[in-house]
Amino acid sequence: MSITEVQDNIVEEFSLFDDWMDKYNLLIDLGKELPVIDPKFKVKDFLIEGCQSKVWLHPGFDGNLITFTADSDAIITRGIVALLIKVLSNRSPDEIINSDLYFIDKIGLRQNLSPTRSNGLLSMVRQMKLYAIAYNAKNK
Amino acid sequence: MRDIAEIRADFPILNRKVYDKPLVYFDNGATTQKPQCVIDAVDEVYKSYNGNIHRGVHYLSDMSSEAYENSREKVRSFVNADKREEIIFTSGTTGSINGIAFSFGEQYIKPGDEIILSRLEHHANIVPWQMMCERKGAVLRVIPINDRGEIILEEYYKLLSSRTKIVSVTQASNALGTVLPLIEIIGAAHSVNVPVLIDGAQGIQHGIIDVKALDCDFYAFSGHKIYGPTGIGVLYGKEKWLTELDPFQGGGDMVDKVTFEKTTYNELPFKFEAGTMNYPAAIGLASALDYVLSIGRENIESMEKELLSYATGRLSAIKGVKIFGTSDKKISTISFHINGIHQYDTGMILDKMGIAVRTGTHCAQPVMDRYGIDGTVRASLCFYNTKKEIDSLAEGIEKVKSMFA
Repeated sequence: MSITEVQDNIVEEFSLFDDWMDKYNLLIDLGKELPVIDPKFKVKDFLIEGCQSKVWLHPGFDGNLITFTADSDAIITRGIVALLIKVLSNRSPDEIINSDLYFIDKIGLRQNLSPTRSNGLLSMVRQMKLYAIAYNAKNK
Repeated sequence: MRDIAEIRADFPILNRKVYDKPLVYFDNGATTQKPQCVIDAVDEVYKSYNGNIHRGVHYLSDMSSEAYENSREKVRSFVNADKREEIIFTSGTTGSINGIAFSFGEQYIKPGDEIILSRLEHHANIVPWQMMCERKGAVLRVIPINDRGEIILEEYYKLLSSRTKIVSVTQASNALGTVLPLIEIIGAAHSVNVPVLIDGAQGIQHGIIDVKALDCDFYAFSGHKIYGPTGIGVLYGKEKWLTELDPFQGGGDMVDKVTFEKTTYNELPFKFEAGTMNYPAAIGLASALDYVLSIGRENIESMEKELLSYATGRLSAIKGVKIFGTSDKKISTISFHINGIHQYDTGMILDKMGIAVRTGTHCAQPVMDRYGIDGTVRASLCFYNTKKEIDSLAEGIEKVKSMFA
């Protein structure tokens, strides 16, 4: 599935719920499916610190695709991290660099990604793209 | 005393809904809501008599200047200062503290000198002093706190020495709610001729403040925390200090005579008010102080005491809730944590139930470090809150527990 298709699926899944609590329950469940980062990578080098919650993000690269694993100390954040990984993991560096993440906005979680929210998610997206740029440069 | 429904009707925003739920506003420690009279007062400036203060010869400028100076007089009487010259308008508590840290530091601080703060300080009463210490080679000394979140006075007395040049402490902890023993702190400092600055950001709105009785040398507070507009703050300073200190900012209106060789400063209080001040907000602040007086500061104190005791009872009865800051002397702020649940998760779900709380470190990371935690949920209440709202919070916490169990 393309990045766009995965995003559209997520948007559809969330559109089934009108109530905020149901949306958050879905996020909590998604957080449980997150490909959890190896504890040895839950260190400062892979920490994206926000003022509200912490995110650890680890990239793997097989020369072709980038795979991300991650975790967060807050469960809602972990749910959103899981969504970002669904969309951006197992992708080529180019796909990640050129991706336009519209699903966050469409499912009504935009406030979680605002620069003022500082829960680390915005930095996480930036970091995913930076890894992609670095691997891209390495490949050339 | 007026009925609570009547009081709440004075604050238009309290009537609104968020996510279709009635708003429960428990983030008063961050900023308070505004009564209609404050909104009207600011509105009226722009509608009827806006003119830059102290500059024009024209009618509007005169009217604005007069209203602005009346506000200064209102603030003077509210904090019971001796003279209007001792009341300086600033941008807020942060602006006031930065100003004094700068001017005091430039004039009096030498390498090896010490500044005493407490562990309970907001970053606004840490960083300006730290910046000054770095410039001047001075050292910060910190009064420790006990498990209840109270400063340990004996340790403070030990820190005071001939190297101490100024003490700067908060009136009440924004993160835990603890009220500090200001009389003891100021008394001990004065016995060794050390001046004291009080950060009143979390104190001014909760009771009677009398700078003369306290005998503090400086007192700083923000308008927006006492039901006034944002962007206006106050720096009270004893006349002796304000006369001695050089201004922290240069610009228009603060000067007596300017040549390219030398500038002489205007008299107090204008010497410290460079550039165009936020006079509409100052005028709004005066209206807020009038409002507070109309409710009655003793009444506010007793209403908030009752809310604090009810909320403490309700929250501590919930299994898994731990309250941080358990002093007998507290403002109506409760910092807590639900066992096993991240404060961000708690805050996000409460928000969707219409309950506004603050989560995180509350700009007081050293306090969090003291307890070995990375943040709390903070419910900061004020007199317009109700027991019913506290019940909603308690129900919200149960809901959070069920979702994240």
